[in-house]
Amino acid sequence: MTSIADHTVTRSKSSFKLSMLLNDTRYRSFTFQFIALIAIIAFMAFVGGNLVRNLAEAGLNISFQFLKDPAGYDINQKLIEYNSQMSHGRAALVGLLNTLIVAFLACITATVFGVVAGVLRLSNNWLVSKIMSFYVEIFRNVPVLIWILIIFSVMINALPAPRDFRGDEASASMVLFDTIAITNRGVFVPSPEFTNSLSVAEQDVAEDGSIVPAKGWQDFALIFGVLFLSWIAAKLIGSWATRTQEATGSRPTTWYILLAVWVVPLVAVLAFLGLTWDVPALKGFNFQGGLQLRGSLIALWFALAIYTGAFIAENVRAGILAISKGQTEAAAALGLRPRRIMGLVILPQALRVIIPPLISQYLNITKNSSLAIAVGYMDVTGTLGGITLLQTGRAIETILLLMLFYLTVSLLISALMNVFNNRMKLTER
Amino acid sequence: MNKSVFFGALAGAALAGGVASAATLDDVKARGKLNCGVTTGVPGFAEPDANGVWQGFDVAVCRAVAAAVLSDPTAVEFVPTTGKTRFTALASGEIDMLARNTTWTFSRDVDLKFEFTGVNYYDGQGFMTPADLGVTSAKDLDGATVCIQTGTTTELNLADFFRSNNISYEPVPIETGAEAVQQYNAGACDVYTTDASALAAQRANFEDPSAHVIMPEIISKEPLGPLVRHGDNEWADIVRWTLNALITAEELGVTSVNLSEMGGGTNNPEINRLLGTEGDLGAMLGLDKEWAKRAIGVAGNYGEIFEKNIGESTPIGLARGLNAQWTDGGLIYSPPFR
Ligand SMILES: N[C@@H](CCC(=O)N[C@@H](CS)C(=O)NCC(=O)O)C(=O)O
Repeated sequence: MTSIADHTVTRSKSSFKLSMLLNDTRYRSFTFQFIALIAIIAFMAFVGGNLVRNLAEAGLNISFQFLKDPAGYDINQKLIEYNSQMSHGRAALVGLLNTLIVAFLACITATVFGVVAGVLRLSNNWLVSKIMSFYVEIFRNVPVLIWILIIFSVMINALPAPRDFRGDEASASMVLFDTIAITNRGVFVPSPEFTNSLSVAEQDVAEDGSIVPAKGWQDFALIFGVLFLSWIAAKLIGSWATRTQEATGSRPTTWYILLAVWVVPLVAVLAFLGLTWDVPALKGFNFQGGLQLRGSLIALWFALAIYTGAFIAENVRAGILAISKGQTEAAAALGLRPRRIMGLVILPQALRVIIPPLISQYLNITKNSSLAIAVGYMDVTGTLGGITLLQTGRAIETILLLMLFYLTVSLLISALMNVFNNRMKLTER
Repeated sequence: MNKSVFFGALAGAALAGGVASAATLDDVKARGKLNCGVTTGVPGFAEPDANGVWQGFDVAVCRAVAAAVLSDPTAVEFVPTTGKTRFTALASGEIDMLARNTTWTFSRDVDLKFEFTGVNYYDGQGFMTPADLGVTSAKDLDGATVCIQTGTTTELNLADFFRSNNISYEPVPIETGAEAVQQYNAGACDVYTTDASALAAQRANFEDPSAHVIMPEIISKEPLGPLVRHGDNEWADIVRWTLNALITAEELGVTSVNLSEMGGGTNNPEINRLLGTEGDLGAMLGLDKEWAKRAIGVAGNYGEIFEKNIGESTPIGLARGLNAQWTDGGLIYSPPFR
């Protein structure tokens, strides 16, 4: 073995001729790759050089100074503090967060739609499986921009405007005990507020002597911290139960302990903070208070989710069909019911086939969310790549930043999903 | 669309050995057609009629330039642009001139490197709301939802106005005027704001125009006019003086009715210079003697164009106001033809 290898090396070394770069199959592919590489580099250098020279000739120099200048425009949906006196950079950040919000929501919802539709499409019930094929085909085969526009214009025209809620003979009314308003500007839902909020040093008192509730990230951090501790406690109880079961053969009843572990601390912390609800109410032109899910967000979110869900459904179906029928039969022979067979035997194995294409679908959602401007949703393409670009004229800089942003987000999503994929992968022994 | 234009421009800039040289006039003549950027549709200003022929106050400027340069007012390719795409379209050379109610501002002139060739409409930003909301002043709009077109000066004025009056609003950014009107009519916003002339124009197309009121406040100065790229002064001169010819014609009483008669020569030397019977101003522009006569011949002088498209006898019903001739107390004023 070693002698043969040595022999080859020595022979090729001793008798290397330049012509072998072309004639010898061992080298030929390298030669061509090298030539192609040089050609690509030369072309890029030519294009890049021309670009820089022509831009300079046209008096356009690349500069990112504009990011510090005041933006001058307002943005409706903002997760962080922003006003028109803040910089273009800040406006870009607000847009970026908006992109991430809609992408995150749409990814989750699309997965739910996709898994449900993919599983049901394989159902033995003729009607259910046909309905699901219909869903997949109709949504997959119409461009997502059209879906965004359709859903948005249906919302705008079919839902009542806030002014329809006004007056004694209002033609529209709030739902769920007058707490939720569904309007063509969006859905207004109650949001939690606290009379002992941690976010303010001292709570404001209204004119009539009542306490004005407030809210801040500190309150929510506390609640999530408590929930996290509950979760750890629940896990510990679970593993204690398993140990007991292994030792004694019977599993102790834990549901009431678990319930207490989840509910008691949560109730305690909410009571401590003094939870109240900020219910939206019609004031002036619009509903005020509560949380507004803007129509633009809902339309974009829903359209992306339902469109991409159709693709995910096909991935799920493919994943399930890839698991041999013998598995189902074996599980059935063990006495498992069909739903448990799906949940415990088929889906976990199918995931290995489903996850890699799922990554591409998540990337698609993120990139397709840049169609947001069609419904006036202020994502990063709308702020940095839209208004900022137009007001400053810095087309090249803003587009470069946008490309960088989408690239980073896409790579991050891939990296995260790959970690997940590796954990799901068949461990080979 | 915007991005494809941008990448087109980028690729063009990258591949071309040098920037396409400045001679727009030669390009237009060689092409036999003027590429003129207009709106995607604002009644009275630029809109295709039932036969698909573009009509309007801004369109008339394009046609006048085409008549002056190509002797054919129909040799125009109208390119609809949105607030977002208009500047890329002009900068990349997709269009030769932009006549799309565009406000002349410092940064567009200096930083974006365009050349405004004059003002054909002195405007200001206004607000429109449904009459049944009972709002009488823009200062009462606290908390209102406002539809705006993105990429316009409107967007910036709006932020400034609400900020300086210490009232809040919810902006709804929209790409084209048509979509904005659609959302406004569906009640998705309480207020629609843009140049007051465009408000009047859009309102004229509503089912019931009287159900909508325009607030008395005008919150900005919006001098609207045609523009071209920086750096081609010959071409800028042609567009500038074509517009001036229409304005001067009104001032001197040259109309579509008496044009051919006056074209035979009058005893007013300035009319003679304008219409080419005395001196040769056309040659200085690289055109022939009768360039201005042809421009005026398309649809008459500035006043006639105004009356026919947006004047008080039309459904849009705009008064001349600031846009009257300087001799009538307005701001419309052309430098002399000499
Ligand atoms: N004058 C302002 C605003 C111009 C503008 O966008 N006007 C609207 C008024 S409706 C328009 O032309 N819309 C028609 C369209 O989007 O094509 C500017 O130059 O930024």
